[in-house]
Amino acid sequence: MAPTTAPIEQRTIAVIVDNEPGVLARVFAIFSGRGYYIESLTVTEVDPANRISRITVVTSGTPMVLEQIKAQLDRLVPVHGVSDLTQEGPHVDRELALVKVAGAGEKRVESLRIADIFRARAVDSSHEHFTFEISGNSGKLNAFIELMRPLGLVDVSRTGVVAIARGPKGLGRL
Amino acid sequence: MSTPTAPAQQDAAPKETAAETENLATGSELVIQALVEQGVEVVFGYPGGAVLPIYDALFKQNQLRHILVRHEQAAVHAAEGYARSTGKVGVVLVTSGPGATNAVTGLTDALMDSIPVVCLTGQVPTHLIGNDAFQEADTTGITRPCTKHNYLVKRMEDLPRVMHEAFYVAQNGRPGPVVIDLPKDILQGTGAYVEKDAVNHRSYRPQVKAEAAKIREAVEMIARAKRPILYAGGGVINAGPEASRLLTEFARKTNIPVTNTLMGLGAFPASDPQFLGMLGMHGTYEANLAMHGCDVMINVGARFDDRVTGRLSDFSPKSKKIHIDIDPSSINKNVMVDLPIVGDAGSVLTDLVDAWRNLGKSLDEKAMEAWWSQIGEWRKRDCLSFRQTGDIIKPQHAIRRLYELTRERDTYITTEVGQHQMWAAQYIKFEEPNRWMTSGGLGTMGYGLPAAMGVQIAHPDALVIDVAGEASILMNIQEMSTLQQYKLPVKVFVINNQWMGMVRQWQELLHGGRYSESYSDSLPDFVALAKAFGAEGLRIEKASDLDAGIQWMIDTPKAVIVDCCVAQEENCFPMIPSGAAHNEMLLGPEDRAEKPISEEGMVLV
Repeated sequence: MAPTTAPIEQRTIAVIVDNEPGVLARVFAIFSGRGYYIESLTVTEVDPANRISRITVVTSGTPMVLEQIKAQLDRLVPVHGVSDLTQEGPHVDRELALVKVAGAGEKRVESLRIADIFRARAVDSSHEHFTFEISGNSGKLNAFIELMRPLGLVDVSRTGVVAIARGPKGLGRL
Repeated sequence: MSTPTAPAQQDAAPKETAAETENLATGSELVIQALVEQGVEVVFGYPGGAVLPIYDALFKQNQLRHILVRHEQAAVHAAEGYARSTGKVGVVLVTSGPGATNAVTGLTDALMDSIPVVCLTGQVPTHLIGNDAFQEADTTGITRPCTKHNYLVKRMEDLPRVMHEAFYVAQNGRPGPVVIDLPKDILQGTGAYVEKDAVNHRSYRPQVKAEAAKIREAVEMIARAKRPILYAGGGVINAGPEASRLLTEFARKTNIPVTNTLMGLGAFPASDPQFLGMLGMHGTYEANLAMHGCDVMINVGARFDDRVTGRLSDFSPKSKKIHIDIDPSSINKNVMVDLPIVGDAGSVLTDLVDAWRNLGKSLDEKAMEAWWSQIGEWRKRDCLSFRQTGDIIKPQHAIRRLYELTRERDTYITTEVGQHQMWAAQYIKFEEPNRWMTSGGLGTMGYGLPAAMGVQIAHPDALVIDVAGEASILMNIQEMSTLQQYKLPVKVFVINNQWMGMVRQWQELLHGGRYSESYSDSLPDFVALAKAFGAEGLRIEKASDLDAGIQWMIDTPKAVIVDCCVAQEENCFPMIPSGAAHNEMLLGPEDRAEKPISEEGMVLV
């Protein structure tokens, strides 16, 4: 019963919401007001005709806390459904990053070589820099960014995780 | 700031629907039309610049009664009192900025105690929102965490739908407060009305009926019990009087002992021999020990609040727990349960009663006999006993006499917060639901007087008593003026011990008797104060005058403040100190020395 002794787990949760003003603030407030962790949170409208947005949130906590997070999200009035992608079966999660590396000479060439290995594309370049676009799971992005650090990393912008369950079933509302 | 675009916008709106002008109404009229269609009879409010159009529309109609309070916080508490004593939604109308921020405490109170309230707040015109306009506040931002849901109406065509949705959200599922923020241009614009039945909520569908398999599992679990207990809370009251009747029926059929939470008092008749009294921090010895020692706990509409559970690791350690709650987030929040049942208390109790009948079993008679005899032993401790001797009135005695002299009447009790509240919960016996209004979750001092006001509006001929403390009552004392205006004969019974008693009690227990700022210095003359507000006042100082004083209060056909001067040193017992378990309760002051409070408990509230 003591929450501190239970193992901390990470979950990727999808929340289908009405795209109404303040809905993101409501979801945020659950996390900030009740002291839950947000490792990543993304939101965009996915069904403009029906004003439905999908929020993907990566969070962590004890199993009891994670159940609370889902129940608290589900009781928000504009929430249509909450789905624990980690628990409900295999899922694909992806993140996209734009990574800017500035420099010249051998380091510049090396960054391009590594980008190739990671299947990152250069989307902007000059004689002094490359900006790479890379997508994949968060671990792959972390690895790429770490390799770029000694090669002149100057800027990173990441989208946060989006995720979807494997298999033919959808979450509905589309 | 000049706003040349504003008049143009207002002109533009009605043109599109000019063809059907006969069906158009102003936003304010639409608000009132929606309130009337929702069955609202009374609105508690306070006017101001942003809501002037609604007040103008109120002036021109006679379907809604408006009660002018003296502070917006009191408007919300009055609406709560109205809602809790009737089962209807309480409605509040306040202006923008300070009107809305003053309502925040009331809204939070209603959220914590799951009371259905719809609060209409004025807002500056839409084109000024975000400009720091006069009396502008980010009301939806401020009230987001203290409401079940809130709306800012920015388009005329949304207004009727939002009004109806607000009532739907406030009273369905776990009830709660809903704010509708209404910009002034929306109130002054024109639009078409939409009827209640034409509005269907897009996403909110709380589960009312429980899964049949869970009901079966529950009755089987109960049938095997040897030491069962029913632990019923405010959810039973919120589910309507039928739920209380079903709880009583189920308990009597099974012979299971019942304990109620502070919010649940009245859900089971207090005079019933199966009733163990309230449980929790100031609950009875028998209720808390029965919770600690039970083998099957059936929680109906209660939420394992920290005031109830005490130290979680030692909370009812040997029991299988069934938890019936309409709010899934209340389940497994504090206490892991064995059988969660999501559903409305009334619906689930109906199913439970049926399933029990169909099962055709009864509880192990021998085991139940032993269980009741054990409970009988605990009851013999007579944990609420006190000795009234001499002239000085014991606060417990004052409240017990208040109860005994009012029990035969149509009585409603509200309270403020503190020792007097706990004594009222301990010594006043409630036989039916909706008779007891107290601030449980938030613990709002200043709740009782405005709540009593709301109760009296709903029940004009009833005896409505606010059991108060001398400190709490001053937090919304201005409402005496409202009582006078509407000739509301609310009785304020002040248990005056000249201390913020509960603060003093904790300082005594936890802070070495350093009574920092807890003395009620410079108190007003409550009798003169009552008279200043056009009410009657009476001071009772001697035990021998108590009954006559209470009787005089009951017989006086107008608002009364009774200043009942009581023994100052009395503390509220039994008490489970914070961080202690149910079986570690203190029964009286003499218990204190043997059971020092742990460091861990000190940090808890």
